[in-house]
Amino acid sequence: MKAFFSLIARDLKLAARQGSAVALSLCFFVIVIVLFPLGVGPEMTVLARIAPGVLWVAALLACLLTLDRIFQADYEDGSLDQLVIGPLPLSFLVLAKVIAHWLTSVLPLIIIAPVLALSLNLASDGVIAVTFALLIGSPTLSLIGAVGAALTMGMRRGGVLLSLLVLPLYIPVLIFGVAAVEAAVAMLPMAPHLLLLGGMSLGALVVGPLAAGAALRLALE
Amino acid sequence: MSLSAENVTCLRGDRLVFRDISFDLAGGQALWVRGRNGAGKSTLLRIAARLLRPQAGRFFWNRTDITEDDEPYHGQYHYIGHQEVLKPVLTVAENLSFWAEFHGQGKASLEQAIEGFELGALRDTPAGLLSAGQKKRTNLARLLASPAPLWILDEPLSALDTHFIDLFRARLSEHLKAGGLALYATHQDLGIDGSQELDLDAGGGA
Amino acid sequence: MAIDLHKYANPRRFLAITSAIYPWSLALTVILLAAGLYTGLFVAPPDYQQGETVRIMFVHVPAAWMGLMIYTFMAVASAVGLIWKHPVADLSAKAAAPIGACFTFLSLVTGSLWGEPMWGTWWVWDARLTSMLILLFLYLGYIALWQSFDDPSKASKAAAILALVGVINVPIIKFSVDWWNTLHQPASVATMSGPKIYSSILTPLLIMGLAYTAFFVTLLIIRVRAEILARRLRILQLSELQER
Repeated sequence: MKAFFSLIARDLKLAARQGSAVALSLCFFVIVIVLFPLGVGPEMTVLARIAPGVLWVAALLACLLTLDRIFQADYEDGSLDQLVIGPLPLSFLVLAKVIAHWLTSVLPLIIIAPVLALSLNLASDGVIAVTFALLIGSPTLSLIGAVGAALTMGMRRGGVLLSLLVLPLYIPVLIFGVAAVEAAVAMLPMAPHLLLLGGMSLGALVVGPLAAGAALRLALE
Repeated sequence: MSLSAENVTCLRGDRLVFRDISFDLAGGQALWVRGRNGAGKSTLLRIAARLLRPQAGRFFWNRTDITEDDEPYHGQYHYIGHQEVLKPVLTVAENLSFWAEFHGQGKASLEQAIEGFELGALRDTPAGLLSAGQKKRTNLARLLASPAPLWILDEPLSALDTHFIDLFRARLSEHLKAGGLALYATHQDLGIDGSQELDLDAGGGA
Repeated sequence: MAIDLHKYANPRRFLAITSAIYPWSLALTVILLAAGLYTGLFVAPPDYQQGETVRIMFVHVPAAWMGLMIYTFMAVASAVGLIWKHPVADLSAKAAAPIGACFTFLSLVTGSLWGEPMWGTWWVWDARLTSMLILLFLYLGYIALWQSFDDPSKASKAAAILALVGVINVPIIKFSVDWWNTLHQPASVATMSGPKIYSSILTPLLIMGLAYTAFFVTLLIIRVRAEILARRLRILQLSELQER
């Protein structure tokens, strides 16, 4: 257990020292969202109508951009070899890396999402809903993303391949994430959607570390 | 404490790297793996470190077969490869203390490691600022930051000057005297007493 | 020699069995395809609403079935390859992927062709079409992953992991897309569930499904044999290099 937490602590420390990486993905998230009013026009009702989808798609893309950070740096400097032969089982190793990724790369997006939601004229119920939906649904993004990141680790054009592998698997999260927000805006119960998102996160919690662990072992050989 | 290998054969892709390598190493002994470039020294060491799977052959740790189930072998060895395994934004002490903690060790062994490789003056220097030789020493200091009976060392001397080569030799001798084992690949002879040799160019066992 | 270098390249039994099956599956493909197309295009009655265009269904629906079936086949083959390390299983999964992608693509194209007379537009975000489109992306990702590795044994394992993760997701994606569709489609638009299934329609559909399956088996045999021969050639070239 000590190894598990020391690994998370190290990754958090690294992210804090290299704060620019987190700032960059936040900037990306903001810019993508700014593009939409510029693209579809500033009419408030239209923006409010597309806001849930825009927020979720931008969050998916911002998350996708940070996925290579999960393993790539450790792979390049040889740390990954040392982590793999260390005391942690592979699945827990992946889980620790995923938790650190979620805390450093996804949580900041969720924190500024309400501000961006307001700028898109989303109703206040929707703002709360989008925050909750992101909180519950986004672990799936990190967990499934870890599988893709492990499979494409060390490849020359891994980034493009990673998006092709991972984005189709993100679709259910997108659909139910948006549905939760739309339900909240329409004053309908959003609990069923959140439960489904939570269920997907739990499923990904089982499958993701196993598959990513197997992919890691393979990539190091 | 013992490590032995029986008829280990390795293919990379469809290419044969080496075949039928055997050795038998007891506590206090070292094995010098020799061979020209491309003979498979690094590959053999990575196989011994369980980072690669051989296509054939068996491994034994303390006479227990670990070819399939390597549970008894876990945490029993250190592997030093070509990469420096350092995070440039963390200091020398932070880098080492992470690895000590990761292997369940406390502050005491960290101090031992820093002393053992004369890193005291560098302890608060970010690893990104170190010279190649200093990086190598920090990397080698992981050997002391968390004790393990077997050291697997791939080119441990590269980038070290004569003073630090002697220092490293002293650490290795102490490790062996304390009953440890070592498996190392170097171009030059380390002159370790009673070390066995495995010449991969000869294409057979030791 | 301690290990058999030709282990991966010499699955003799597979070659022997498939050369026995091959002429039968080829003949079956031709006969079933002819029968299916004849009954579908000439015997089955035109739909009272859609007229003759309904016949696209006999190409479209079985192609969609095949898209799903072949992905499942790949996942099973991948699991067999990962667990029992059976080299032919890996090669079968690899060989099946482009065939599955083509069937999926065929179902998308015919779906779009069918959509034009039905809805007056070439593409509708209908639940089934959307699911098939996502399935096509899954196929493309799988094929791209295979091609990104130089080492075939690594590629096969990585692709197998992807196929298994993918196959777990297929039902979830299907469910979510269906659900998304009911949420967003106005009820007035007809869905592609098509006309009520009468036996005059079901029979040609099933025959076409069987014909496609036979066609898949035939293509798969050709492709796996080609893969085995290519692997063998590679090893011959490599051993020649080593002797030099």
